[in-house]
Amino acid sequence: MDGDDSKIVQGAERYKAGVLKYKQMGYWIPDYEPRDTDVIAVFRITPQDGVDPEEAAAAVAGESSTATWTVVWTDRLTATEKYRAKAYRVDQVPNAPDQYFAYIAYDLDLFEGGSIANLTASIIGNVFGFKPLKALRLEDMRLPVAYVKTFMGPATGIVVERERLDKFGRPLLGATVKPKLGLSGRNYGRVVYEALKGGLDFTKDDENINSQPFMHWRERFLYCMEAVNKAQAATGEIKGTYLNVTAGTMEDMYERAEFAKELGSNIVMIDLVIGYTAIQSMANWARKNDMILHLHRAGHSTYTRQKTHGVSFRVIAKWMRLAGVDHIHAGTVVGKLEGDPATTKGYYDICREEFNPMRLEHGLFFDQDWASLNKLMPVASGGIHAGQMHQLIHLLGEDVVLQFGGGTIGHPQGIAAGATANRVALEAMILARNEGRDYLNEGPDILAEAAKGCSPLRAALDVWKDVTFDYTSTDTPDFVPTATASM
Amino acid sequence: MRITQGAFSFLPDLTDEQITKQVQYCIDNGWAVSLEFTDDPHPRNTYWEMWGHPMFDNPDAAALMYELAECRKVYGDQYIRVVAFDATHGWESVRLSFIVNRPKEEPGFRLARQEMDGRNQRYTTISYAVDKPAGSRYA
Repeated sequence: MDGDDSKIVQGAERYKAGVLKYKQMGYWIPDYEPRDTDVIAVFRITPQDGVDPEEAAAAVAGESSTATWTVVWTDRLTATEKYRAKAYRVDQVPNAPDQYFAYIAYDLDLFEGGSIANLTASIIGNVFGFKPLKALRLEDMRLPVAYVKTFMGPATGIVVERERLDKFGRPLLGATVKPKLGLSGRNYGRVVYEALKGGLDFTKDDENINSQPFMHWRERFLYCMEAVNKAQAATGEIKGTYLNVTAGTMEDMYERAEFAKELGSNIVMIDLVIGYTAIQSMANWARKNDMILHLHRAGHSTYTRQKTHGVSFRVIAKWMRLAGVDHIHAGTVVGKLEGDPATTKGYYDICREEFNPMRLEHGLFFDQDWASLNKLMPVASGGIHAGQMHQLIHLLGEDVVLQFGGGTIGHPQGIAAGATANRVALEAMILARNEGRDYLNEGPDILAEAAKGCSPLRAALDVWKDVTFDYTSTDTPDFVPTATASM
Repeated sequence: MRITQGAFSFLPDLTDEQITKQVQYCIDNGWAVSLEFTDDPHPRNTYWEMWGHPMFDNPDAAALMYELAECRKVYGDQYIRVVAFDATHGWESVRLSFIVNRPKEEPGFRLARQEMDGRNQRYTTISYAVDKPAGSRYA
């Protein structure tokens, strides 16, 4: 490679056959001012030893846009400067000397509107296997309004979901049917009925319940809807159960979704592993059929959890809000699964705000205007119980589905009692919060008071009083030193 | 049975003092509070009858509590709920809703089943109360 590698090579020299550094090819433009219509990505790059971080950033820009490893004369047939992604800023990551945040701007014309598949094929396509980097992580993206507007967004959204369910002013309550595998349709429906009649709003299929030898999907749907309708009549309240329509082909998923609709279900569910295009197709279907669409983020931890390589969940949350799901699992903080409080708040902000201001302490690198796209209901699920109600409401707020699976079905007095315990704990805490009480600190007292008139809650508090999942999180913000402990 | 619509149905019936605090919380958030009543609490019966308009410019829960007392004089044998409406852009809907009055007897609902093709069933939830004409239910 020749010449001063910090300078962009111009004219005929630029297109001479051979290999240039990415900086020389024009992928590093430190004085570039991103346009309002640019898509911006911030990557955490860990260059190989001896690789200059600016060159590494330029390489990421190149490989995620127009470049290949060698100079090609056919670039000259195009408006190359427009199509080249531009790395324009590289910051050292606080407390991580070998890592850098690289900011890269992409012209809007690089992307097909309304296609997460196309966006991701560029941004996380080839570049993650690129040899000059030890590791690469997509930390955040700024999606311009012009691009946001090419998506339909959540099929239903938080407000309309609440209107349809006639449930306002408190988190919704759910539970995943357990054991996740092995129940027959008839036994499965029993769990649904008990939990809904006991006081939950929703029950849920687990991510890997599809159509196995122990339970064909139609059996599950039929028994679940019997349970939903019976519980609705027993309580006078709208109930639902997320019927998982995940299947091997789109045709099968449509067939299952249509059957759910025919049976009168108000919600269906899909797994993240079905892929971005399938998710967008199901979102369109949900919108056409007045159906709430629940997304289980099955598989995400394979690429979201480690800090140096992969894709942050905040980016996945942004893509899913564009793609159009109504519910997304976004962490509990206090439960059994990974979740630093500040980072998790960032995910919830992405789901629920109309405008996200830049909040580095929550891991949000950019202002993000959602241009009136519907809001997406976050779901907190995994190892939570009634005794944590004050913490859950404090950390996660009101527009969230709190899912107590084991915390309902594992109740010593039975499933309906478990559901009642959760509902009473929730209502007592919301009442206290609205009355202006210091519910976070008085939480245990508020629960104890409520338990005086509710023996299921008393039993729940006794059984699970010492359960916490106190481990250090791996995915924490870089701008505030944190050690995560569930409170 | 006890209908569990609204935010606080699993708690003992709220006292007027408790209701006042919830209403003041709503007002302090800038939401317009109002009362609605019905003798048909079917879960899909969205439009309960309005007891006046939402109070858009009222700073004090006492005004709503006065109306609640008036409403109870007339419809004390029906369901009455407090509704708080938030006109903020991006919400423009109900923020909180809870029942503040119930009939002495809550007859609940019957689930009717119609057997369809295969094993499908068509379900219909019917309020027992509506077996009687409006005005004479819960009497």
